[in-house]
Amino acid sequence: MVPELYRVQRVRQETHDTFTLELRPQSGAARLTFKPGQFNMLYIFGTGEVPISVSGNPTGATLVHTTRAVGRVTHVMSRLRAGDVIGVRGPFGAPWPIDLARGHDLVIVAGGIGLPPLRPVIYHVLAHRGDYGRVVLLYGTRTPEDILFRAELERWRARFDLELHVTVDRGTPSWHGNVGVVTSLIPKAPFDARSAFAMICGPEVMIRFTAMELERRGVGTDHIYVSLERNMKCAVGFCGHCQFGPHFVCREGPVFAYDRVEDLVHRWEV
Amino acid sequence: MTTQGAAQQPDARPPAFLEPEHFDDVIQILRRRGYRTIGPTRRDGAIVYDEIESAQDLPVGWTDEQSPGRYRVRPRGDHALFAYASAAHAWKRFLHPPNLQLWRAQRTNGHVELVADSAPPPRYAFVGVRACDLEAIRRLDQVMMDGPYVDHVYRALRRDAFLVAVNCCDPSGTCFCVSMGTGPRVTGLADLVLTEMVGAGRHFLTLAAGTASGQEVLDELGRRAATDEECRLADASVEAAAQNMGRSLAVDGLREALANSPEHPRWEHVSKRCLTCGSCTLSCPTCFCSTVEDVTALRGDATERRRLWDTCFSVEFSYLHGGSVRLSPRSRYRQWLTHKFSTWHDQFGVGGCVGCGRCITWCPVGIDVTEEASVIRQAVPLPGSTGPMTE
Repeated sequence: MVPELYRVQRVRQETHDTFTLELRPQSGAARLTFKPGQFNMLYIFGTGEVPISVSGNPTGATLVHTTRAVGRVTHVMSRLRAGDVIGVRGPFGAPWPIDLARGHDLVIVAGGIGLPPLRPVIYHVLAHRGDYGRVVLLYGTRTPEDILFRAELERWRARFDLELHVTVDRGTPSWHGNVGVVTSLIPKAPFDARSAFAMICGPEVMIRFTAMELERRGVGTDHIYVSLERNMKCAVGFCGHCQFGPHFVCREGPVFAYDRVEDLVHRWEV
Repeated sequence: MTTQGAAQQPDARPPAFLEPEHFDDVIQILRRRGYRTIGPTRRDGAIVYDEIESAQDLPVGWTDEQSPGRYRVRPRGDHALFAYASAAHAWKRFLHPPNLQLWRAQRTNGHVELVADSAPPPRYAFVGVRACDLEAIRRLDQVMMDGPYVDHVYRALRRDAFLVAVNCCDPSGTCFCVSMGTGPRVTGLADLVLTEMVGAGRHFLTLAAGTASGQEVLDELGRRAATDEECRLADASVEAAAQNMGRSLAVDGLREALANSPEHPRWEHVSKRCLTCGSCTLSCPTCFCSTVEDVTALRGDATERRRLWDTCFSVEFSYLHGGSVRLSPRSRYRQWLTHKFSTWHDQFGVGGCVGCGRCITWCPVGIDVTEEASVIRQAVPLPGSTGPMTE
């Protein structure tokens, strides 16, 4: 339960409310290793601890987290600067099924701040591109100003081995891309619905509708994986806060095969 | 040591006979062996578990009366030592402390140092652990140390604890251990198992060893073996208790009924009575939920992280950025009851209720889990039946 101390190497402001922290262990030892989809508990001295998914490259030199300043701890976190020290516990939770999906088409659907927990999958897939079939990334966000990792997305969009579409809820005069919810991108996306694996992360309502749209195209619920969010305090199944029906989201999730949680996400206040 | 299966069971020797006035010998032997003896004692109008230095601290000659929303102690008019039901506290208070420092941190010139407390934990001897509560400890073991992660504080306390269990002869009006299959007879592993026989002009104790360390204590006590007749009398007291449960709960099909009834109107019905105060979760011997709090010195250079018991009845419990998941009292009561009798099975292969009745007794408005669960269960047809049963 005692965090390891990490030093902030670099802070990058992604949008007006979202930022990325690059961390290295203060001790100079190797950083913790993680699988795409896992999260760490980040601790700010005297303020508190929050669960944040890793958004960086699984083989990168630093430990990278991207988060939005929405609560007390993340607001203080947004004021961190290079050289500051924070605590890290982890990694926790079940990862995305990158091994299971090998040999199959891959549909990655992200909504808003749901993109960072999926970015490690994209790094992994691009580093092992031959292991996968067609790869589609569909990303919906509120406005063009809220697009995360824009330079990187533009670079990926230029590739011939990756199909990438972005849509926004609300356009601006200079926006000439898609406008609408992310589910509207699914019917035309090029993947083999009978065998493709889908990975979804975003607000729960977006997850529900995305899964429904994928099912409509014929993707089986056992091939759809979703990353869920609940109040996680201990990350190891002791505190009870993240219970979602029979599941401890911190331990069995955050990534679940959709057939395990489909009933529950359609229930209110579970 | 009582954490490892039944393998430590020594050869079945007959239990020892002990006059009640000599029960203090057991406490003193345990204290000489370095245990902090914790047992029932009368305080603030209730029987609670706390440190006892001698048998004098036990609620000698007292019993309790429990019913929904009501708890009273009253003199029995005899010198019985263990003639009452569940105490106000559960043993989790000692194994899973309600307020615990996890670690502290110091900041000096931008340099942060984290320190975890490394003091050795106390060695407890729990005296008077009822069958239901012994089972509750086993269920907490599953949560806190038998899973993929281990709570080291719990494990250290648990590993060193000496358990003196007691076969329950005096169930209260809110007890239903028979329905839950957890009592009144001790079936779990304890170092010593005690039976107190009071009545028909007799008053004596029998003490059986369940482990090698329990046998050592018995050897040191050096008492004669109980006769067959004494064993039979003691046994009959426990048998009688089983017939004397204040409540009962039919559990077949309950797990499935709760899992399949998230919209049952009874949830709304009970939420009109429930104050969401959390008394049930605090008094429950298996409720394990906790939260953490960071306590920082005003100067800002020192902070500590503490773990405190929490309750799923609070709105904050399910807080996520933007709001709480379980906002309505209905959903919070549903979460608690469903966890106890349904999803606990999914998580740990066994239910979360041991039938001790504390949540019924200590509910300020007297909500009775056996009643609420029964109503939900009866709404769902059992396999093989033709339709929903009615009340």
